[in-house]
Amino acid sequence: MRENIALAFQGIWSHKMRSVLTMLGIIIGIAAIITIVSTIQGTNEQIKENLIGAGNNVVTVQLNQNGYTYDMSWNSIPDGVRVVTDQTRQELESIDHVEKVSLYTSRNYAQQVFYKNTSFNGEMYGVDENYLSVYGYQVKSGRGFTKADYEGCRKVVLVDTNAVTSLFGGEDPVDKTVEIQGDVYTVVGVVALSEEFAPTITSMRDYQLYADTSSGAIYMPDTTWPTGYRFDEPQNVAIKVDSTDAMTTAGKAAADLLTENQIVDPDNSEFDYRSQDMLEQAQQLQKMSESTNTQLIWIASISLLVGGIGVMNIMLVSVTERTAEIGLKKAIGAKKKRILLQFLTESAVLTSLGGIIGVVSGIILAQLISSMMQIPVSISPPAIVIAVVFSTLIGVIFGMLPAIQAANLNPIEALRRD
Amino acid sequence: MAILTLTDICKDYQQGKEAVRVLKNINLTVEKGEYIAIMGPSGSGKTTLMNIIGCLDVPTSGTYVLDGKDLKDLSDDALADIRNTHLGFVFQSFHLLPKMNALDNVALPLLYAGVPQKERRERAAEALKSVGLEDRMTHLPNQMSGGQCQRVAIARAMVGKPDLLLADEPTGALDSKSGSQIMEIFRRLNDEGMTILMITHDAGIAECADKVYKILDGELHTGDGKGGSTDEEA
Ligand SMILES: Nc1ncnc2c1ncn2[C@@H]1O[C@H](COP(=O)(O)OP(=O)(O)O)[C@@H](O)[C@H]1O
Ligand SMILES: [Mg+2]
Repeated sequence: MRENIALAFQGIWSHKMRSVLTMLGIIIGIAAIITIVSTIQGTNEQIKENLIGAGNNVVTVQLNQNGYTYDMSWNSIPDGVRVVTDQTRQELESIDHVEKVSLYTSRNYAQQVFYKNTSFNGEMYGVDENYLSVYGYQVKSGRGFTKADYEGCRKVVLVDTNAVTSLFGGEDPVDKTVEIQGDVYTVVGVVALSEEFAPTITSMRDYQLYADTSSGAIYMPDTTWPTGYRFDEPQNVAIKVDSTDAMTTAGKAAADLLTENQIVDPDNSEFDYRSQDMLEQAQQLQKMSESTNTQLIWIASISLLVGGIGVMNIMLVSVTERTAEIGLKKAIGAKKKRILLQFLTESAVLTSLGGIIGVVSGIILAQLISSMMQIPVSISPPAIVIAVVFSTLIGVIFGMLPAIQAANLNPIEALRRD
Repeated sequence: MAILTLTDICKDYQQGKEAVRVLKNINLTVEKGEYIAIMGPSGSGKTTLMNIIGCLDVPTSGTYVLDGKDLKDLSDDALADIRNTHLGFVFQSFHLLPKMNALDNVALPLLYAGVPQKERRERAAEALKSVGLEDRMTHLPNQMSGGQCQRVAIARAMVGKPDLLLADEPTGALDSKSGSQIMEIFRRLNDEGMTILMITHDAGIAECADKVYKILDGELHTGDGKGGSTDEEA
């Protein structure tokens, strides 16, 4: 075998130009596939990172009605849905991989909120003591909520940086007062995502926050919430889990538990709890980008097919050219298998070489695209291995016919040609 | 002891629609240690006969027994084995592999016989030495004269210690001086016990053999030169 490989390199080297031209189809095909796969991979990783985050593994579990998130901005308290109890909270906390649970009530479109003459149309939250730490918010100025705030049902709020812009025109809001549902509330602090999670998007809301399309959010203690809104609103739930991979299963388990415990007649209710699974959404986005790229891979495969046919063609020529050599070898005792292997090795070495050159050019091309078009790329080692193995396979498949032809060559015919 | 026995060997070639009989009822026995020349004009069927004896081709009819073994119905690979271990070939146009040096060319049959690399090189070097080419081992065929190339080819034929050396017009492509060098080597090999079957259309070359047969239009005749009897009279 080693001798065959040495022979193959000798053959390829002695016809440099021809070998390169023959490999071109394989090189282009493999390079295209590596480039495409690297960009898919890069894009996918970016999507995943943006949507799921690298460290802040939070799953939001929300009340749904007929499959849509139930928003109480326009709806009454839903029938047959209980308020989440401490008992349920403890059960949620005991789900595998769950680190922390937060309960909160919300309005996606706050109404009747004013600062001086400006009205606020962002989001309104009634949050428990875990909320800020679950989502990774930090108090940027002023203070957070204290036990006294919760116990005294104090009319205090925190605002996020978007609300500072939209409602306070960028002024420092701390100690200013806002009017919510006709009551006066004092702003005690400003919150923002902590640095370590800063570029991390943990929910669609955060995504919008980061895209700066939101007017921001105002938070009040959940004990204060009934003052402005209603008693006994069923809460939504945010759970923080210990790893990104556990998000899907923990989210589903939490959603099932809540549906079971909070919905009076779960089998016949139009309400249920669903986890807003970022991993799943990311995967859907990834599938979309993959399916477009699958088509590109098909096109690249055609190049490989054409390359393979080119290799077969050249190998047939090579067999014809080397009739005398093959004939002599057979005459002095080379068996069919040996001749077959010699030519198979040669075509496999040729295409593998093409594959390796293709991989290298693909990586270079991907980097170029990445730097020119700001598309993220990620070179995956398995893709490289598969590409090289695949190109070797092409050599074996398309080299088969010429090799068989060589092995079956009649030595007399071969020796007659002088 | 007979190395080979041909009995009623015929060979037909299809030419267009009709079959042309190129070899007609050839009977031939070669004893161990004989040095035989087969002479005949071009197109008389010499090479065809040589190919059959060399197990490169199969006869249309007749039996061929080599070293006591009937070669009928042997597979291609079995025939390859016989060529490798029992026979040595020398061709008119040398048929050396152009990209291999003399040593590698000579060692090639041993590769197919499964001899380990070190021993291959030693035996090839020895064979080259015996044809007087110990100083040409690393030369490529195109760096050597025709006579030297043919000596390399003889070394290659002899390296596997065959029972029979087959030579098809071994001097056909050579000048007379190189030709007689080749004949000297054949003479010496025969003296050392090698059985040789040589084909030529040159009477002067045929004279070097102990026994001469003539082939004419596919029929084998006893030669009028030296040598003994054949099975066939014309
Ligand atoms: N493969 C073949 N097909 C048809 N005819 C052939 C073939 N090989 C040889 N012949 C014919 O057989 C005859 C003998 O050829 P060959 O044995 O090569 O003669 P020699 O070696 O004596 O010159 C010639 O007439 C040649 O044309
Ligand atoms: Mg001839």
